[in-house]
Amino acid sequence: MSKTVECPECGATVTFPEDVMQGEILSCPDCGIELEVLSLDPPQVGPAPEEEEDWGE
Amino acid sequence: MIRASLTGGSGYVGGELLRLLLGHPGVEIAQAASASRTGKFVHTAHPNLRGVTDLKFTHPETLEPCDVLFLCEPHGKAAGRIETFASLAKKIVDLSADFRLESAAAYEKWYGWTHPAPEWLPRFTYGLPEFFREELKGADYASGVGCNATVTNLALAPLARSGLLERAVVEVKVGSSEAGARPTEASHHPERAQAVRPFKLTGHRHQAEVRRVLGEDFELHFSVTSVPLVRGAAATAHCFLKEPLAEKDLWKLYRSAYGPEPFVRLVAQKTGIHRFPEPALLAGTNFCDVGFAADPGSPGNRVIVTAALDNLVKGAAGSALQCMNLMIGLDEGEGLSFPGLHPL
Repeated sequence: MSKTVECPECGATVTFPEDVMQGEILSCPDCGIELEVLSLDPPQVGPAPEEEEDWGE
Repeated sequence: MIRASLTGGSGYVGGELLRLLLGHPGVEIAQAASASRTGKFVHTAHPNLRGVTDLKFTHPETLEPCDVLFLCEPHGKAAGRIETFASLAKKIVDLSADFRLESAAAYEKWYGWTHPAPEWLPRFTYGLPEFFREELKGADYASGVGCNATVTNLALAPLARSGLLERAVVEVKVGSSEAGARPTEASHHPERAQAVRPFKLTGHRHQAEVRRVLGEDFELHFSVTSVPLVRGAAATAHCFLKEPLAEKDLWKLYRSAYGPEPFVRLVAQKTGIHRFPEPALLAGTNFCDVGFAADPGSPGNRVIVTAALDNLVKGAAGSALQCMNLMIGLDEGEGLSFPGLHPL
């Protein structure tokens, strides 16, 4: 049974791949945010550090 | 095999419907009528269909009985002949504005027009499957939808129907094909090609369809601006709510409204360059993409909702075909699977 977590940004269900490792970066299937795997047991993720793009200059 | 015919076949909406019908596995095109191009090959008006069909336009007076008749006439032309059209086909989808509103009074108000067949208005189901799906199943008559109305309805519906929406300020940016195939001074290339031209800041007719679908329980401010696109309508809606909503709540609300919908996609990405709906990516498709962002702490509990679609497909011919599929009991998405192009 694959482990799942809730995306902290949009609430979507994010499924851990079978071979996932702590520190790996996953993408939310709905909002696309990159999530860092903080813990495998219990499954926990947090927003991965992101380089902001310059949209306004 | 369903035998379908259409009137107004040489216009842009007629051409788009022909393209879609030719790709539909359950439909055979019986006749494509055009008074201005009678006897000419369909590809003389729609060059993308060269080699796809050897169909020639027939005169509207020579239309024969068929299973489904699509009316792609300019606004105001279908209503006066609806009895004749109804004698030719049990099922009719009218893509013009003639049967979208619920009363003759609404046509007086929004179109300045005395409807010639008001007794027919209640027989038509509004042709937006996302909100009238059950009524369309088995219906005999479906109306068209306004493209700007549709992009706005799909953007606002989850907020309006939840009772959270106090006021919406909607600006829709539109491509030139919305004006149809007949050239005008405003569509002349030097005048239109680079235009960012507000052409209807108040009183746009499509507001009547937004009210029909979403009701009167919120303030609506609606403007439309021509931009340098051929296809596309893109709405930016500043929505002021009765109570604050966080981004996660917006996801929950919109996911709940559109999760199973085959042609509405939620696009509110946190990464990449295509973060919100873009009309160019939807050209030729039946999708309406909807995105949103919360603005925590803003005056009036503002959230911004954006939506985009191809005005000729989801805003016209695609929705009409989706309606036909429902009306005759076919899979709703039949003939509508084109995913678009990237890059353009």
